[in-house]
Amino acid sequence: MSDATPIATALPQRMGSNAGQRTTRRDGVLKVTGTATYAADNHPQGLLHAVFACATIARGRVTDLDVAAAKAHPGVVEVMTPANRPPLSADPDSKPMPFWFRTQVFQDDRVLYAGQPIALVLAETLEAATEGAARLSPRYAAEAPRIGLDEPPYAPKAVGIGAPAKVSKGDIEAGLAAAAQRLEVTIETPAQYHNAMEPHAVVAEWQGDRLIIDTPNQAPVMAAAAFAAWFGIAPQNVLLRTPFLGGGFGSKAILSAPQILAALAARMVGRPVKMVLTRAQMFGPVSHRGATRQSLRMGLDSAGHFTALAHHTIAETASFDEFIEAASTPSRLLYASPAISTTHEAVVNDIGLPGPMRAPGEASGTAALEVAIDIAAEAQGMDPIDFRLANYAETDPMTGNPYSSKALRECFAEGAKAFGWAGRPLAPRQMTDDRGMRVGWGMGTANFPCPMFDAEARATLRADGTALVETSLIDMGQGAWTALAQIAADALGLDLDQVEMRGGASDLPNAGVAGGSGHTASAGLAIEVAGSDTLRQLAEIAAADPASPLHGTGNAGVVARSGRLHAAGDEGRGETYAEILARAGKSALTGSGKGARDPKAASAYAMQSHGAVFAEVKVDPELGQIRVSRLVGAFAAGRIINPRLAESQLNGGMIWGLSFALLEKAEMDPRSGRILNADLGEYHVPVNADVPSVQTLLVHEDDPHVNPLGIKGVGEIGTTGTAAAIANAVWHATGVRVTRFPIRLDDLMEGLA
Amino acid sequence: MKPFDYIRPERLGQALSEGAKPGSAYLAGGTNLLDLMKTGAARPERLVDITRLPGLDRWEWGKDGGLRIGAMVRNSDAAHDPDIAAAFPAMAEALLSGASGQLRNAATMGGNVMQQTRCHFFADPFSPCNRRAPGAGCAAQGSDRRGFAVLGGSDACIATHPSDLCVALAALDAVVEIAGPEGLRETPLTDFHLLPGTGPEGHTRLAPGELIIALRLPAAAAGFRHHARYLKLRDRTSFAFALVSATALLRIEDGVIAEARLALGGVAPKPWRATAAEALLQGARPDADSFARAAEAALQGAAGHDAKITLAKRLAARALTQAARGTPARVPALPGSVHSGETAHV
Ligand SMILES: Cc1cc2nc3c(=O)[nH]c(=O)nc-3n(C[C@H](O)[C@H](O)[C@H](O)COP(=O)(O)OP(=O)(O)OC[C@H]3O[C@@H](n4cnc5c(N)ncnc54)[C@H](O)[C@@H]3O)c2cc1C
Ligand code: SF4
Repeated sequence: MSDATPIATALPQRMGSNAGQRTTRRDGVLKVTGTATYAADNHPQGLLHAVFACATIARGRVTDLDVAAAKAHPGVVEVMTPANRPPLSADPDSKPMPFWFRTQVFQDDRVLYAGQPIALVLAETLEAATEGAARLSPRYAAEAPRIGLDEPPYAPKAVGIGAPAKVSKGDIEAGLAAAAQRLEVTIETPAQYHNAMEPHAVVAEWQGDRLIIDTPNQAPVMAAAAFAAWFGIAPQNVLLRTPFLGGGFGSKAILSAPQILAALAARMVGRPVKMVLTRAQMFGPVSHRGATRQSLRMGLDSAGHFTALAHHTIAETASFDEFIEAASTPSRLLYASPAISTTHEAVVNDIGLPGPMRAPGEASGTAALEVAIDIAAEAQGMDPIDFRLANYAETDPMTGNPYSSKALRECFAEGAKAFGWAGRPLAPRQMTDDRGMRVGWGMGTANFPCPMFDAEARATLRADGTALVETSLIDMGQGAWTALAQIAADALGLDLDQVEMRGGASDLPNAGVAGGSGHTASAGLAIEVAGSDTLRQLAEIAAADPASPLHGTGNAGVVARSGRLHAAGDEGRGETYAEILARAGKSALTGSGKGARDPKAASAYAMQSHGAVFAEVKVDPELGQIRVSRLVGAFAAGRIINPRLAESQLNGGMIWGLSFALLEKAEMDPRSGRILNADLGEYHVPVNADVPSVQTLLVHEDDPHVNPLGIKGVGEIGTTGTAAAIANAVWHATGVRVTRFPIRLDDLMEGLA
Repeated sequence: MKPFDYIRPERLGQALSEGAKPGSAYLAGGTNLLDLMKTGAARPERLVDITRLPGLDRWEWGKDGGLRIGAMVRNSDAAHDPDIAAAFPAMAEALLSGASGQLRNAATMGGNVMQQTRCHFFADPFSPCNRRAPGAGCAAQGSDRRGFAVLGGSDACIATHPSDLCVALAALDAVVEIAGPEGLRETPLTDFHLLPGTGPEGHTRLAPGELIIALRLPAAAAGFRHHARYLKLRDRTSFAFALVSATALLRIEDGVIAEARLALGGVAPKPWRATAAEALLQGARPDADSFARAAEAALQGAAGHDAKITLAKRLAARALTQAARGTPARVPALPGSVHSGETAHV
């Protein structure tokens, strides 16, 4: 990105001290007092409530909807079905934009998955709309659904978001043939649902041809463009607002049918419309992590080095579009081997479309790979860390490129020390606690790429010397309002409380997507560049002004600090931003910036974050009840802008990993294709009692290549490696290798006593 | 949501006459009923809110040491009362092992006894379910049996009774006091819930319009207080229904079991009192052998899910072992859990 990189070197020198601080959340008080406004908290005058009727079969056609009965219910105003759905400008069976999935927006009477919206009822109250939807009493012509990973596989072109389905090097079969030891394991991971606390919600209002929409979305500018495409209006005619987002985890990155249909309904009835999905309705149209079956084949020489590593994934996808869990990708990234093969196949199921869910690919992929590695270490009689060090990838295993930075060795060392790994017996079933519980220790490597997205920002110095920084940042709880303000304050040479942030809306400079663990790096760099641009202009004004003490200093000769520019090396010679602006007769001074990765660096270096997660489990020796008594994760993820927020992300990520290991699974009824536990009572995620102790260590890492700020990202990596660490600890405690997640107590019955 | 009338009677007589009308449902804490109304499995015409009926929200001790707990007493209040926990520790532990703090604050004792099965298909109005819609069939047959009955089920229904409290109540020989149009009557809790047989729709002996007004724990039940334990296996450490649970109560005299009580949860359509096991234990030594034999007897005839049956046997033996060791001084930090609450490291 030509605009971005040079400026970093031509900056006025700054003495910022905001980044790196454990600042508390700027929006914390709003949140704990309940005054932060989420989408569904908006109540425009005259709004109607919209409630979906959703299919209770997984495949077939809707043959009848009792629209008259629904309309006869008091309070019901309108019912939208395929029969009367107003036209949309985009073809739902096409893919006009990147980050766009085909979707069911009442284009016909087909049912492609259970939970698919089939009609929308609009009413004066939520209760009336709910009852109206129930009274539609749909009738179906049902067909037997295709469910499960045993459906016929096919070879997809791409997996995840545009990653190649197959990447290989060397000769796997030759590597296996030459191996002193050959190992194989097949591991299954279930369908999981994001289950953000905030349900998907829309409050949509049309003002003529202008759409104003409050909805949680991880990429407001992109989403506004997508709404514009659906409705045939100009992107600037859409105002999408997401000041706060109550958890997205990937499910709120791309528009899905409910949001489009709710906005369409508002246009249809000419009144604002509010639609909030129920918890049950979040199990279908708004994506999930697809189930996988992963087979690993490993060849090892007599010294415990890989001769071959093959990772094959079979993943579920929907019938109408593809999203394939890229679970084999971690094997492209983590271990040195002369032969590596990473491949994927997909099976079509009659299910809602899978999509990205926190650490897509890597979470499922490391859950399998890192168990396989543990099996290999066991087979070699090696400590799991020693085995990983013996096969450490010094350069990218596939491209041979050097890493932009890689402190994984340090993660192993620091994590092991904090956990107390030394002295761990190699064999399983060696440790018990004072209550007779079997104790096991396991570990796994964590890994996540550190992508960047094109981002833009604007920084305005105001007459009073404070600043306004604008970009469509999205705070999903990760702390963007705070971390990006810290970057902004440093970029502008101001104290944090002098910087006002404006974000969370589509009419601001595009901050890209809050996803892929790339938001702080991407939006942060744009802000950094915008701040520098503003200060450069300010320094030029001062340097050119004979009345300024800075007259003649020139661009590179000034330092910005606490709202004041002074000459480099002479703190006494300077003046405040406000003074410079006042004399120049300016009420404001605005700079702008873009952030993106330098393509030269991107092609020269492998860029990854790494970590090592250590787990201790206690398992009842007869009953199999498992408890994760400790989790310790050491992560190297470049420069940490706010350790408090980063630790919170990483702790949360590890808790997701615990959830993956022991709890989460959408229970699919293969006969009906319906999910049986589509509620938070039965779809289990961890409660406090499940997480007695979790600790994050931030391992120092300087990275001059990822971006000028050295930021990698911490949003997802904690989720990776953790599930395997726990599975490995369960094995170490019990001697039982459960190869299907989640691991449940009854899975251990046969192997225990 | 289907519109309904809401009535909040102040007198028992009025509650009973409103409750007797077709389409009425009693509303207590609402933690079960309202969820079922939201899924559409329950569609009452009229909610009769019984939470303001006088006198039902308190408990009283009998002169003999027995306890009478009003049906509207909240689960938390009963569980956290030190006298109740001292006399009936297994009941306190069972209560605290259930649901979450917020739910226990709302849930009532009567509602807990009356709660419906958690069978997925029961709560889903679009699945065939004999219990919800008599004669419709049973969607659970042929599905994964892990969450279903291994004892006492029938071709018509294999749902389990989900309550933790009731497992303790069954072991404690609790009595259910019932008010109805014909006056007051009572029935032992072990007879109160019905096995499905061919007609699972009526899951208790309560006739339409009848109301539970109190639960009574006989004084003799406090005789087990020194050797009482409730254990619960579940998929997460807290806030999950039992896969299998067990209440074990012992009276040990001179190193011999004078009297034993064993009841199991999560395994049957009703709280499952294991009388055959109890008979085996009477007069036996409180040792691993006796407990293993009792556990075998308790699961005699069980079928449907081998791992669950194994678990139930092992849990029954464990609960008896722990009861023999003595009641914990306080309800453990993780009630019902085989893990301790602390995070002690090895
Ligand atoms: C997420 C979740 C998790 C849970 N986990 C557990 C658990 O782990 N263990 C456990 O034991 N329970 C658990 N529960 C169930 C909970 O204990 C029950 O919902 C609660 O006890 C019901 O009491 P209530 O007063 O809210 O009853 P309500 O919901 O008001 O009523 C339930 C039923 O009983 C009837 N009823 C209520 N009172 C009377 C009365 N006095 N006489 C006659 N009929 C009456 C009502 O008409 C209704 O049919 C859980 C519930 C939820 C929602
Ligand atoms: S097990 Fe019982 S409650 Fe469940 S579907 Fe069958 S009849 Fe209904």
